[in-house]
Parts: sequence; C-alpha cells; structure tokens
Amino acid sequence: MRSRFQQGLDDLRSRLLRMGGLAEQAVDRACQAFIDRDLARCHLVLEGETQINAVEREIDEQAFDLLAMQQPMAVDLRFILAVTKINSDLERVGDQAVNIAERVMDMVELPQVDLPVDIPRMAAAVSAMVRRALESFIEGKAELAQAVLEMDNVVDRMRDEAFIALVKEMNENPASTRQALDTLLVARNLERVADHATNIAEDVIFWVRGADVRHGADMLSAEESTGTH
Amino acid sequence: MGVGVKVDRLNAWYGKTQALYDITMEAQANRATALIGPSGCGKSTFVRCLNRMHETVPGSRASGKVQIGNLDVYNGTAAVHIRRRIGMVFQKPNPFPTMSIYDNVAAGLKLNGFHNSKRLDEIVERSLKLAALWEEVKDTAKKKSGASLSGGQQQRLCIARALAVEPEVLLMDEPCSALDPISTGKIEELIYQLKEKFTIVIVTHNMQQASRVAEFTGFFLLGKLIEFDKTERIFTNPSDKRTEDYITGRFG
Repeated sequence: MRSRFQQGLDDLRSRLLRMGGLAEQAVDRACQAFIDRDLARCHLVLEGETQINAVEREIDEQAFDLLAMQQPMAVDLRFILAVTKINSDLERVGDQAVNIAERVMDMVELPQVDLPVDIPRMAAAVSAMVRRALESFIEGKAELAQAVLEMDNVVDRMRDEAFIALVKEMNENPASTRQALDTLLVARNLERVADHATNIAEDVIFWVRGADVRHGADMLSAEESTGTH
Repeated sequence: MGVGVKVDRLNAWYGKTQALYDITMEAQANRATALIGPSGCGKSTFVRCLNRMHETVPGSRASGKVQIGNLDVYNGTAAVHIRRRIGMVFQKPNPFPTMSIYDNVAAGLKLNGFHNSKRLDEIVERSLKLAALWEEVKDTAKKKSGASLSGGQQQRLCIARALAVEPEVLLMDEPCSALDPISTGKIEELIYQLKEKFTIVIVTHNMQQASRVAEFTGFFLLGKLIEFDKTERIFTNPSDKRTEDYITGRFG
C-alpha cells in the first residue's frame, strides 16, 4: 500500500514540476513579447493559460485523493499541503503572464517610445526567482528557498523605482501616458510574479523544515526545527 | 479528577528478555496520552506496568519508579489497591457473559463488599451515563446479559465497569481495534469527554485515532521510548527520523 502511496507522491511531484515548467515558460514568453513587441508570443501565452488551468485542476484532484485515501502524516502531509499551495501560486503566475501579454498587445498598437525603466532587467530578476523557487522544490532544499526570499526585496525596489520614473514621465510627456501606464502595469505584474515565487519558496521551507516563515515569522523557528531532510 | 502518571526509568523483563528500557515520561492529569509503535515495541507492556498487571505473567518483573498522583506504584502499595485507582479497558470487549449489564458494572464494587443497593443503582447509572451507554440499556440493564450487546456497546460496558470503581486513571489497550467505525467514533467521543474526570493512557495501532483523541503521543520502538511530544508535533513534524519513518509508513 505504501509503495502505491509513494507512487502517488512521485506522480504529484512530476505534475507540479510540469506545472512549474508551464508557468515559467509563460512568464519568459510574456517578458520576451514585451521586449520584442511580439504579438505571436502574446498569443502563445494566452493559449498556454488553458493548459496551466487544466494541470492546476489535475494536481488539486490528485492531492485531494491522496489526502482522503492515504491519510498522510508528517513530511508527506506537509509535502501535499505545500504542493497544493505552490500549485495555486503557479496558476497565479500564469495569470500574471497573461496580464503582461495583454499589456503588450495594447502597446503594440501604440507608437514605440523610450521609457526610463529597465523592464528586461526586472524580468530577468523575476524569472530567476521563479526558476530558483522551483529548483528549491526539485532539490527539497530550504537554503535555496531562503535565497529566493532574499531576492524579493530587490524586485520590490525595482518596482518602486519604475513607479517613480514612470509617473514622472507621464507628467513630463503626456503624449506617452498610455505606454507609460502599460509599462507600469507590467512592472506591477512582474512584482506580483516575484511575490508568488516568494510564496513558493516559503512553502518549500514549510515542507522541508516544518517551519512557517510567512509574513516575516521568526526565522529562528526554522533553524531550531530539526528537519530530517 | 484525574491525576498525573509519572514514570521514571522504568525497565521490564519477561524472564531474561528485557522488554522495556529506561522509560521516563509523564501522562498529564486530565489529558489523553497515546502510545504508538509497531507490534512488540513494548507499549502494551508499558501500560501493564502502570497498574502492575505485568507482574501477573510468570517470570516477569519490572524496576523503576511509577507514580500515580502521590501513590508510589512499586513501593509498598498493594497491587489490588493500585488497580482500583487505575481502570483498564482491553482490546477485545470482555464483559462477564453470565452477568446482566447491571451486574457487570456493579461487579467491582460488589467484590469489594459494597452492597448498598440504592447507592449501587446510582453508581451503575452514573457509570453507564459516563460511558454513553445509559440511554441504550436503561430499560434492560437488569434483565439482559452483557454478552447480548453489540461489540461497540460491550466495549462501552467494559468502560462503564472500569469507571464504576471511580479510578483516577483509565488505561486503554487498543480499545477500538475490534470495533466498526461507528462504534469507534463513539468510543473516541467518549474518551474526549472522559478526560474531564480521568487521565487517559491509550495504546493504539491507529495513528489517526491517536491524532484525534490524544494531546500527547509517545512513540515506542524495541522497548525504548523514542520520542514523546505534543500529538500535533509528532504527526506533523516529529523530531526523530525513526518516528517519521514509522508514521509515514517507511518503517523497516
């Protein structure tokens, strides 16, 4: 019975990795679409969302079945709870990618203007956070997840800087207000993706160490915990 | 009211075979403490040491300190006296088959020379109510045999019988393993309510049961107490890898 259970956990893990791959791809495509003003990539992001939603449901159903049928305990229970939460965050990452793609589709209709923000740099930082959060899940390593948490501040700062620069731009060059507003929204979407990556990292820490580090909960509790992984 | 059970460096043997090694733990008053572990790990031997039933097996012995409240179990107190303060319920319901439901509950008191029938009536009713069986048997308690009840009712009858002598501690050795889920649910609900008046120590193979009824859980392996902690900690994030391997089914 346990080997069937283990098989179920392995399947769940594989599905979540697939979900992670799809969400990561959606963000990368949306960012590239922004950089290249590429409508074709925008459409790929929109189409990909259907698949992300389907995998989200599959993962939730399988997690629900495992909880109901196998009554997991300890590390297995934490793993399944973490998977359902990461699943939900990845679906939201997909939604943010769609939001970015929609902004790009709007911008492509407008004259291209030079704006004083470095969205590609921000996109690279956010993609790295998503990738590392997923790596921490694959490796089951809380240290990798911890590094993701520390990156969130950097992205928050980039978003704040973008806001200040773009509001200033809108005041000084009203003709480019719509482009600046679209770009500001993209910066906000990217920052939200970073927040989801942070949530994923926190869930990995919960799974591995059994410690809740959300909302700045005392990191000491994580270190005191004697996780066995 | 229940009293705490303090165990200090308890060792037990069956002949030359050591079954328990230096067990030290405390079951808090008016709380349920669950003992889990694979078959042969010593958890049943442990509870049988608490009321000195272990020594009834020929060739067996125990050493160490067990305190039930202020009573020193292994130092000068008669075993009979100890067993009056510690009730016990076993895996298989074992009502006295030839006795009525009423007499089953009254048996312990009568054996101790208690024959005031009005007072006996009160105690039997109170015990059956505590065991959540009164409503089902109040009209037939004096007529029907204990053996005529269903398995779940028989187990509640055995609980009523144990409670009639007003113990402070109730030991339960896999009390639901022979019961269906509905009867199990009733016993578990009962355990929850009985904690108000008694201290409960329950041995169980059913980890969901331990997590449902007990505030504290101890994990036994090869005669040793590997880990003892709050139940939620044991089942969500145990400290010892052996505990985690056992409760997640990766044992052995």
